[in-house]
Amino acid sequence: MSETKTLNEKIVVNSRYNKIWQSFKSSKTALISLFIVLAFFAVSIFGSFFLPYDPNLTEQNISNPQRPSETHWFGTDEQGRDIFSRVVDGTKVSILVGVMSVAFSLFFGTILGAISGYYGGKVDIIIMRIMDIMFAIPSILLSVCLMMVLGTGIDKAIVAIGLVAIPQYARIVRGNVLAEKENDYVKAAKIIGSSDIVIIFKNILPNILSSIIVKSTLGISTAILDVAALGFLGLGVKPPQSEWGTMLSESRKFVTQAPHTMIFPGAAISITVLVFNLLGDKLRDALDPKFFN
Amino acid sequence: MVKYIIKRLLLLIPVLLGVATIVFLIMRVFLTDPSQTILGKSASDEQRLEWRQKQGLEEPLHKQYFIFLQDFVKGNLGKSYATNASVVTEIFSRFPATIELAISGIVLALIFGVSLGIISAIKRNSIFDSLGMTIALVGVSVPIFWLGVLFIIVFSNSFIPSVGRIDVLLKPTNITGFYLLDSLLCGKLDSFFDALKHLILPSCALAMYSMAVIARMTRSSMLETLSQDYVRTARAKGLPEKKVIFFHALRNALIPIVTVVGLQFGSLLAGAVLTESIFSWPGIGKYTVECIQNSDIPVVQGMVLILATIFVFVNLAVDIIYAFLDPRIKFSKRGC
Repeated sequence: MSETKTLNEKIVVNSRYNKIWQSFKSSKTALISLFIVLAFFAVSIFGSFFLPYDPNLTEQNISNPQRPSETHWFGTDEQGRDIFSRVVDGTKVSILVGVMSVAFSLFFGTILGAISGYYGGKVDIIIMRIMDIMFAIPSILLSVCLMMVLGTGIDKAIVAIGLVAIPQYARIVRGNVLAEKENDYVKAAKIIGSSDIVIIFKNILPNILSSIIVKSTLGISTAILDVAALGFLGLGVKPPQSEWGTMLSESRKFVTQAPHTMIFPGAAISITVLVFNLLGDKLRDALDPKFFN
Repeated sequence: MVKYIIKRLLLLIPVLLGVATIVFLIMRVFLTDPSQTILGKSASDEQRLEWRQKQGLEEPLHKQYFIFLQDFVKGNLGKSYATNASVVTEIFSRFPATIELAISGIVLALIFGVSLGIISAIKRNSIFDSLGMTIALVGVSVPIFWLGVLFIIVFSNSFIPSVGRIDVLLKPTNITGFYLLDSLLCGKLDSFFDALKHLILPSCALAMYSMAVIARMTRSSMLETLSQDYVRTARAKGLPEKKVIFFHALRNALIPIVTVVGLQFGSLLAGAVLTESIFSWPGIGKYTVECIQNSDIPVVQGMVLILATIFVFVNLAVDIIYAFLDPRIKFSKRGC
């Protein structure tokens, strides 16, 4: 008896994911964006092993940026560092901060949102008021303040960007939990005596996973933009670590004289953010509950 | 309605106090000694202690917090470490420049965003739709500061200036602080056009992101209203398509757009931090970046407090407009 039950469950789950995958697969753009996102992950992990130059290697007898050439594909900056190597090396920072800061805000946002939505009442009011207050502060300025206090570094950027984004995740999870908890399966779980934690994390969360996944994918692109903005304001990573926003900020004085120093790092940011946005959009299309109707 | 507004205004008080508390926590409790950055490493311990005492940083924390809140309520945000002038004066003297930029930005974003959204929705799945939505996707993905840089590179040798707010020689007399308005009030047309020319690049760069967000929102909102029964009825009545789109569909589709525009105005003000420093626009954004680099904490914290206050009020205004536009909000209790 119980075997049939699990089998049935498996079939239901499988067919659901199959449907989503089928719908996702049917869009060429979706597949391409997924492929490019995976390629970015690969570059961020393995890219450092295949660099033509050491990204921090300076040349003594150079005082001006060099134009792109056969030896330096993207040219060099004013210290003679190879821009191609620095752009590839910078992928690591952007992807790492993007993914980790989203993981950070997702972790705390989910817990706070789930508690808020599930228990309601005073707990809900207190948590959501705090989230409202955080929402009232323009996020980039709040991150800037945190970075001023914490100092520069990848780990600190993750905390500063992740912390600021918590309310967005908390709101989405809360809204979804509020809607889900009225369903019969939650009531049934309560009757058979499941604990609240089990109900929240084992019963409710899997059902609201789709909106969390979409939000997280789009969140990665926002986080990558934020870390670039912080770098541009001089609050990003510790030098000489290459980071796209910092590279832009360092080359600002050469903007008209040597535009290539700014074009390549900026293009890298834009393309990365664009593919994550595209993937998020396509995931949303595929996971849209309207699709099942 | 009045009751609703008063209730909302009262609810703002705890939010604003909360914002002040968060800012205090970050800037006073977690921040290590700012005297090091301000006075330099060569300063002796005594000099530092004296400076800290002068800034009120040697008081116990709860006392500092109390004074901080008291000052915030009174509208006193402290003095800049660098110039010793009042933060409020420093910020508000630069405010008109930013407001001028932000308003031009939101107007551009609104005009282009809504048009792009409508075209995409009407010509759904056509080449116009994919083109429009590609522009919107690029708009939300390109960092504002890089877009500014691209503009400067592309227009570096053209008649469109990329630095500053106006030609020094053409500066109008300071009446409101808004150069466009001042030059018109003085009757100086050449100043007006020069100020307008200086506005082009920064406001386009600033508008891009909001335009993209508004375009996406307009498209989905329009698509939804276009599939409603009353639109079909209007068409069945034989109304011309233009009338159906602009009078029936767009009017209802505008409601969610208002919310987005309101939220975007807040983020535009924050986006100014990045845009202004690229175009050397003498507003609060450029000033904030300078203060971040000089660790002028009172100014940065003042800026956060002021922008958060504006943001909260803009949101309130949006909610009120929303209630005006959508009568269902008031009558929702009838149940439909």
